[in-house]
Amino acid sequence: MANKTAFRKSDNQEEVNMNKTVFLGALTVAGLAAGASAAATLDDVKARGKLNCGVNTGLVGFAAPDANGVWEGFDVVVCRAVAAAVLGDANAVEFVPTTAKTRFTALSSGEVDLLSRNTTWTFSRDTDLKFDFVGVNYYDGQGFLVPKALGVSSAKELDGATVCIQTGTTTELNLADFFRSNNISYEPVPIETNAEGQQQYLAGACDAYTTDASGLASTRAAFENPGDHVILPEIISKEPLGPLVRHGDNDWGDIVRWTLNALITAEELGITSANVAELASARGSNPEINRLLGTEGDLGAMIGLDNEWARRAIAAVGNYGEVFEKNIGEKTPIGLSRGLNAQWTNGGLLYAPPFR
Amino acid sequence: MSRNTPAFVRSRMLPESPPPVADTGAIRWLRENLFSSVGNTILTLVSAYVVVRILFWAAPWFFNGIWDSPSLSACREMLDGRTGACFAVLTERWNQLLYGFKYPSELYWRPTLAFVLLFVAIAPVLFIKYLPRQMLVFTGLYPFIAYWLIWGGSVTVPVFALVGVLAGAVVYRRVLTVSAGVAVLAGIIAAMVVWWAAGRVTASMEGVFALEPVASRDMGGFMINLMLGVICVSLSLPFGILLALGRRSSMPIIKWICVMFIEFIRGVPLITLLFVANVVLAYFLPPGTNFDLILRVIIMITMFASAYIAEVIRGGLAALPRGQYEAADSLGLDYAQAMQFVILPQALKISIPGIVNVAVGLFKDTTLVSIISIFDIVGMIRGPILASTEWNGVYWELYGFAALLFFITCYGISQYSQWLERQLQTDHR
Repeated sequence: MANKTAFRKSDNQEEVNMNKTVFLGALTVAGLAAGASAAATLDDVKARGKLNCGVNTGLVGFAAPDANGVWEGFDVVVCRAVAAAVLGDANAVEFVPTTAKTRFTALSSGEVDLLSRNTTWTFSRDTDLKFDFVGVNYYDGQGFLVPKALGVSSAKELDGATVCIQTGTTTELNLADFFRSNNISYEPVPIETNAEGQQQYLAGACDAYTTDASGLASTRAAFENPGDHVILPEIISKEPLGPLVRHGDNDWGDIVRWTLNALITAEELGITSANVAELASARGSNPEINRLLGTEGDLGAMIGLDNEWARRAIAAVGNYGEVFEKNIGEKTPIGLSRGLNAQWTNGGLLYAPPFR
Repeated sequence: MSRNTPAFVRSRMLPESPPPVADTGAIRWLRENLFSSVGNTILTLVSAYVVVRILFWAAPWFFNGIWDSPSLSACREMLDGRTGACFAVLTERWNQLLYGFKYPSELYWRPTLAFVLLFVAIAPVLFIKYLPRQMLVFTGLYPFIAYWLIWGGSVTVPVFALVGVLAGAVVYRRVLTVSAGVAVLAGIIAAMVVWWAAGRVTASMEGVFALEPVASRDMGGFMINLMLGVICVSLSLPFGILLALGRRSSMPIIKWICVMFIEFIRGVPLITLLFVANVVLAYFLPPGTNFDLILRVIIMITMFASAYIAEVIRGGLAALPRGQYEAADSLGLDYAQAMQFVILPQALKISIPGIVNVAVGLFKDTTLVSIISIFDIVGMIRGPILASTEWNGVYWELYGFAALLFFITCYGISQYSQWLERQLQTDHR
C-alpha cells in the first residue's frame, strides 16, 4: 500500500517512502520473529531454567537488592511466585533492572518474559503498545508531597508552583491534565528516578513532589524530619499497578495472571506460607482450597503446569497479605496501610476470580 | 676636565642589608597575590569568608561521621540531632559500590588482581624510558589475562584469542614488504581464520583451567567505569589514528568514509548511541541472540571516542610544518614508514593534551551507562542503594565517595600527561 502510493508521487518523495517502507519492513520482520518466539514463552522459560523478569532499578519497598545482592520487594515477589509455580524454584529468576524508559522495549523485544515494575495499566499500553496486563497487584493514585512551611492544604492552591516529576511516566501526563482542568499553572522540574526526585525536593528545587502516593509515603519516611512534610489530600489519578506480558502468548499470560490471583485468593482463604504445607498434605473441607492447592481437580494441567503450582508459589512467598506486610506494610519503614488494597471482604478492591 | 670629576665617590661597598620586612617571604607573597589592590582585597576577604563558612559546616559533618551503623535511621539516632555524616553506608556497601551487587563476593580478588596488574601492564607504556622494554611483553598479554580474570571461564578462550592476534601480526609482518594496506587486510583475515578455527575447538574444552565464569550483567560498580574507561580509551587510540590518517588521505573513498563516520558520530550524543546499543539493537538482532550488553556498550563508546580522538590527532597532523612531510619523502620513506618514523611521533606529541582531555572526559562519561540500567557506580547509588529501606536518603556520603574515586583517577591522568609533556619537550622554549 505504501509502495503503491509512493509511485504516484515525485521521485524524492518516493525515495523517502521507499526508505520508510524498507525500515518498517525490517521492523515488521523483527516483530514477527519476536512474536514467533513469544508464542511459547513457557517452553522457553522451562528450557532456560530461569525466568527473565523485568523490575525497577530501585524503588523502596517494591524492588531493590539488599546488601547481599538478593532482590527484594513487593514487585519482586510476583517474579519469584511465577518462578516457583513454573520452575519450582523461587530463586530461578534472572532480574533485569529496567528504567522507566527501557522497560517496554525490554518486554517487547523479548529480553524479559514478564515485567513487574510498578507499571500503570492504561488503555494505550494495553492495546497500542501490545502488552497484556494480567492484573493489579497494587492500587495506587498520584498525590502531592509539599513542605508544611509552604502553607498549602489542597493541590488546587498550587498555582504557579514548581513540581518535581519523573519523565516518561503516566504521572507526568496526569499532572498536566490536573492543572489544565483546574485552570492553574505549574512549572515542571523533570527528574529521572525517585531518588533524584527526593533529593531535588529536599534541596528546594521544587515546591511540590508528585508521584504515586505509595512512593510519596516511602519517600517521606526516609526524610530526617518526616513531620515537616504533608501529603495533600487530593489523589488526582487512578494508578492500578500490575505485572504485564507481551501480546500474543495467552497461555503464558494465563500462568502469570493466575499466579497473582492465587496469592490474592490465598489470603482470602486464610492460606499462609506457614500453613500451606499442612493444608496441601491432604484433602480438606473447603473445596476451593483443595482445588487451589491441587488436592482436588486438576487446575494445574489446564495452564500447562502440574497440580502443585499454586502450593509452591504460596509456600515460597506467602499470600498477598503476608507479602504486603513484609515489604510495604505498616510495620515497615514505608508504613503503607492496606486502604484500597484490602480484600473485597474488608472494603478493598482485591477481588480474585474463583478457582473453579 | 674638572667638570667631569664627581663631587663624591664611594670608596667602600655598603654592607648588604636585609630587604624591608614588607617585601619578603609570606608577607610579600600575601601583598602581591592577595591584597595587591582594593578589588583583590575585597575578593580575598569574601573568598576567605566563604572558605571558612564551608569548613565550619563541613568539619563537624565529617568528624562526627558515623562509620558503623545498620541503617540511616540508626545513624540519625546515634547522632542525636548533631550534624554528622553517615559513612556507615560506605562501610556496609563498599563492595557493591566497587564491584556491583551481583559479582560473587568470594571472587572479588579476581577483578582486584586485574586492577593491580593493570598498573604493571601500563607502567612500561607510560614510563618507557625508565623501565626495561621486555616488560612490554606483559602489556601485550595483559588484555587476555584481565579478560580471563574478570569474566572467568576456560583459559582456552583468551589463549586462542591471543594466538589469533599473533597469527595476524606474523602475517602482517610478512606481507608488509608488499604494501601496508594489503598487510593490514591480510593480518585481519589471518586472525579471523584462527579465531574461527579456535571457536570450533574451544566448545569441547570448556573445563580446561576454568575459573568460575561471571556473566557481564553481574558486573557493576566502579569496576564497570574503570573497565569501560580503560578498554575504550586504549581501543579508540589506534582507531582514532587510523581515522585521522584516513581523513587526510588522498584516496577519495577512504577519505569520505572517514569523514562521514567522524561527522556522524560527533553529531550524535553519546547517550543516543547508548540507547541504540541497549534497546534498538534488540529489535534488529534475531530473537534469542544474546549479544553481550557490555560488549555493545564498549563498541558504542569506542566509536564515539575514536571520532573525537581522530579529530584531536588530525589537529596534531595539521600543525606539523609541511617540511616534515617533504623531508620524510626526500629520504625515500614510503607512506607507512614516513608516518611511523617521522610524522606520527611528532603529531602525537602535539596531541597529548587533547588526547588526555578526551580520555578524562570519556572516563567520566562512562557514568552515562547508568541510564540504560547498567549498574556502574552512579547506577548503584541511584538504584539499589538509595532504594533500599536502610539507606534511602543518604546522598552526600555516596556521591562524595563516587566523586572522590573519579577525582583521584582523573587527577592522576592529568598529572601524568603534564609530566609526559615535559619529558617530550624538545623545543628550547
